[in-house]
Amino acid sequence: MTDQEIFDVLKEKFGDRVIDLTENVDPWIRIQADAIADVAEFLHDDDKMKFESLMCLSGVDFPEHLTVVYHLYSTPHAQKVTLKVEVEREDPHVPTVENVWHVANWHERETYDMFGIVFDGHSDPRRILCPDDWEGFPLRKDYEVQEYYHGIKVEV
Amino acid sequence: MGKLDGRFQDNVIVTSVDYFVNWARLSALWPMTFGLACCAIEMMAAGASRYDWDRLGMIPRATPRQSDLMIVAGTVTLKMASRLKKLYDQMAEPRYVIAMGCCATSGGPYWQHGYHVLKGVDRVVPVDVYVPGCPPRPESLLEGVLKLQEKIRHQSIAKVG
Repeated sequence: MTDQEIFDVLKEKFGDRVIDLTENVDPWIRIQADAIADVAEFLHDDDKMKFESLMCLSGVDFPEHLTVVYHLYSTPHAQKVTLKVEVEREDPHVPTVENVWHVANWHERETYDMFGIVFDGHSDPRRILCPDDWEGFPLRKDYEVQEYYHGIKVEV
Repeated sequence: MGKLDGRFQDNVIVTSVDYFVNWARLSALWPMTFGLACCAIEMMAAGASRYDWDRLGMIPRATPRQSDLMIVAGTVTLKMASRLKKLYDQMAEPRYVIAMGCCATSGGPYWQHGYHVLKGVDRVVPVDVYVPGCPPRPESLLEGVLKLQEKIRHQSIAKVG
């Protein structure tokens, strides 16, 4: 299936919750944040899709919003698809896809750790790389390093 | 002649306490195996057959309680810094620290933008010898150990710190 066909199927099934398709070298489909868990489950289970592998789940910080990017791969059909979910910078929430692909557990923890995007329904919503008492989300553009961490000077 | 005359024949060596204690300490610097990043590979090479730091009496120990020397080999994150301090505190005195590589010395390539990296291990524990390099070759590390031995050789038990 081409990306256009996948998009058409999703559009038919989920209506307005699937926003648009951007044709590109690596095309992506924009999904509304509250629909991502349902779309993910459909893409994983449907016989024509069978996207059984979540290759990567990552975050991006754009000036006006944060984005979560899902790179999926279907081994039976040897095809890829990219989903994007946009959320506002203040108090970003996205439903978890951990129940669809278990590997999302750590990926979502890392995305939370670096961008502060909260994944609702996650079974273990802690930081994964930084210490638990770390302040701020390091990969955000407006991140400022704390001056001291446990009495240790951080900056030069 | 005294009572000792003829009793020990050639088996008596006269030396100073300083010399003897320092000799003992510098000849058996047991390092703690403490590899944090790529420097650890070079540290392992320094311990393996080609460079063989066993020649210097260095036997790697797996616990700080049996160690005299901590070789901080690699990037120390702030998360690791408190653990490093704890390990250092567990070592029995006299204890020595070698900061191996640019990361442990100053933060290295993470100097400016590494928000999570400790900018030099000397912010947490006192360092005796800094070994530059990224990573330093085993020769450099051995040179650092020799420098540390030289440092110990000139210590006096009257003011060991």
